[in-house]
Amino acid sequence: MSSANLTASSGRRINRLSDRAIKNLFIWPTLILLIVMNVFPLFYSLYLSFTDYSAIARVAPRWIDFANFVDVLNNEQLWRYFATTGRFAFLSVGLQMVLGFGLAMLVREKFAGSGIVTTLILIPMMLSSVVVGLFWKLMYNPTFGYLNFLLGLSNPATSPDWLASRVANIPVPGLALWSVVFVDVWMWSPFVMLLALSGLNAIPDYLYEAAAIDRASSWFQFRRITLPQVAPLMLIAVLFRTIEAFKSFDLVMGMTGGGPGDQTEVIAVNLYRLAFTQWDTGFSSAVAYIILIIIIAISNLYIKYLNQMRDG
Amino acid sequence: MATIELHQVEKKFGDFPAVKPMDLTIQDGEFLVLLGPSGCGKTTTLRMISGLETVTGGTISLNGRNVTWLHPSERDVAFVFQFFALYPHMTVRQNIVFPLQAERMAPADIDKRVAEVVKMLRIEHLMSQRPGTLSGGDQQRAALARALVRRPAAFLMDEPLGALDAELREAMRAEIKQLHIDQHATTVYVTHDQIEAMAMGDRIVVMSNAVVQQVGTPAEVYYNPANLFVARFIGSPGMNLVQGQFADQTVRFSGEQNYEVPAEWKPAIKKATGSNSVTVGFRPEAAHLSESGALVGEVYAVDIHGSYSMLHVKLAGSNGDFEIVHVRTDRRTNYPIGAQVRFDLNPEMVRFFDTSSEAAIQRENA
Repeated sequence: MSSANLTASSGRRINRLSDRAIKNLFIWPTLILLIVMNVFPLFYSLYLSFTDYSAIARVAPRWIDFANFVDVLNNEQLWRYFATTGRFAFLSVGLQMVLGFGLAMLVREKFAGSGIVTTLILIPMMLSSVVVGLFWKLMYNPTFGYLNFLLGLSNPATSPDWLASRVANIPVPGLALWSVVFVDVWMWSPFVMLLALSGLNAIPDYLYEAAAIDRASSWFQFRRITLPQVAPLMLIAVLFRTIEAFKSFDLVMGMTGGGPGDQTEVIAVNLYRLAFTQWDTGFSSAVAYIILIIIIAISNLYIKYLNQMRDG
Repeated sequence: MATIELHQVEKKFGDFPAVKPMDLTIQDGEFLVLLGPSGCGKTTTLRMISGLETVTGGTISLNGRNVTWLHPSERDVAFVFQFFALYPHMTVRQNIVFPLQAERMAPADIDKRVAEVVKMLRIEHLMSQRPGTLSGGDQQRAALARALVRRPAAFLMDEPLGALDAELREAMRAEIKQLHIDQHATTVYVTHDQIEAMAMGDRIVVMSNAVVQQVGTPAEVYYNPANLFVARFIGSPGMNLVQGQFADQTVRFSGEQNYEVPAEWKPAIKKATGSNSVTVGFRPEAAHLSESGALVGEVYAVDIHGSYSMLHVKLAGSNGDFEIVHVRTDRRTNYPIGAQVRFDLNPEMVRFFDTSSEAAIQRENA
């Protein structure tokens, strides 16, 4: 390179960044954001889970070894909330699978307007869950709610108060949880439908042609070809939805706030209460870590099963 | 076992005719090959017989039973697909038992049937593998096993060897032929490979442009092609076709050469060609070189095939134009390029075609 060129390039250094400088310019802001917002809190909360720290007390965290974890593991109430969460996850993921797969089977058939129908079905998934929680709370309202009206149960004295787990003022335990499950299913079945649909569309036509030649009935084809072909994608849907269901917070918080009593108190709602109403920061960090461990354990089970299914 | 009859069977995709109305009877136990270039309608015909494609006209009957509008599962035919169409999530064994389980056969009977075909196709060692891990040939054996295990009335095969490499294709060709000889089951076999068709078929149906061009034994379509298309399509290279004017017992080619028409052909040609334009057809092996040959040409190229050589001979035409004909010759003599050669045509193997209608001219007492 001649010296004239050299001066020219150094004179326009700002316009002409080196490749390395450009890389740094992209990487570092992201990396810093990640470290500040994710990595540091992750490790700091791990540290806090071994202390008696409270975020509103002007006291430095004090190291108390495994005391928080021992407390969590011995706390019966917490395990009841874990059980509620498990029940919620099992019911809502189970129903989502059935409904999502059914919807996928329906919209796979091309009919007039099937594109629009598919798009309409996807709308619930695109809404914010806080919004969904709040408007379903209104819909469930026993006095002016839409749902009872549509069901023809417009007398508040005898109609069900869904989110309060009462019918005609008689307690029906579980009604509130089922109501929340219903909304979660309403919101997330479209997601399962999308995954199932991509699985269904990936099944080559010739398999069905071969099955028709092999004299398989529709039911036999469904059981022996459609289901096994879609199963890996359905398992991925189960994985995603289970993780999400275990972390469920905004929908439940928006609809019931954990009530009535603690009937819908899922672990994430309780964690919020521990951390930001009781300000028991150290203890709640320990709870959060136990949730994390449970989710990782469940995910690993699924992934192991998924790999097994693929290798056959 | 079954006789398959097609009566005026037709298929149109929109306005486009994929198969124009055709009649065909496939005899019980026959190995019938549908042969033609891609897009000629042969696969569509096969799929209509299987029921995977509906007809737009005509009737199909199987053993006298009208099956035109029956679902594939009600026709009792097996179909072997070009790309095997094995169920990828099942083992070979599960693939083979699939049709038997679909008809709720008792497990003991299933085991017996499977044992039979496994022995026949020698695929014992593949049974617990998935199709994805198998070679093309083994996948095709598994697909054949799935078809055989049912003991269907007829086998329909859609280019079953098309996805295999050349060496394997030849071995599998013999295997399928052997299976047919064993089973003696009615088989309809689609291919675009005329060598395969000649080697395997009891009869060949040559198709082109949605129309059946000729139905006949391999020898018939080879020696007596019904028209110029069949003459060109069958054989490699195809039949030599040289156009000329028929007058006064001879055909005069454009290069001022005269070919004396064999006596037994004269009346037929005279009757058939109004315009006097006739195309002379002869196979490469029908020409033999000799010093005294009536036709003269110049060596254009030589292909050595090992057991024989194929000469490309340039026949001079008018205005510096020329035509290439292929002449089969023994491998020992060396013909330099550009050398002049003379040859005669075996009068028994010469065929004549009406140039304008492209149809073969038939001898009256043939």
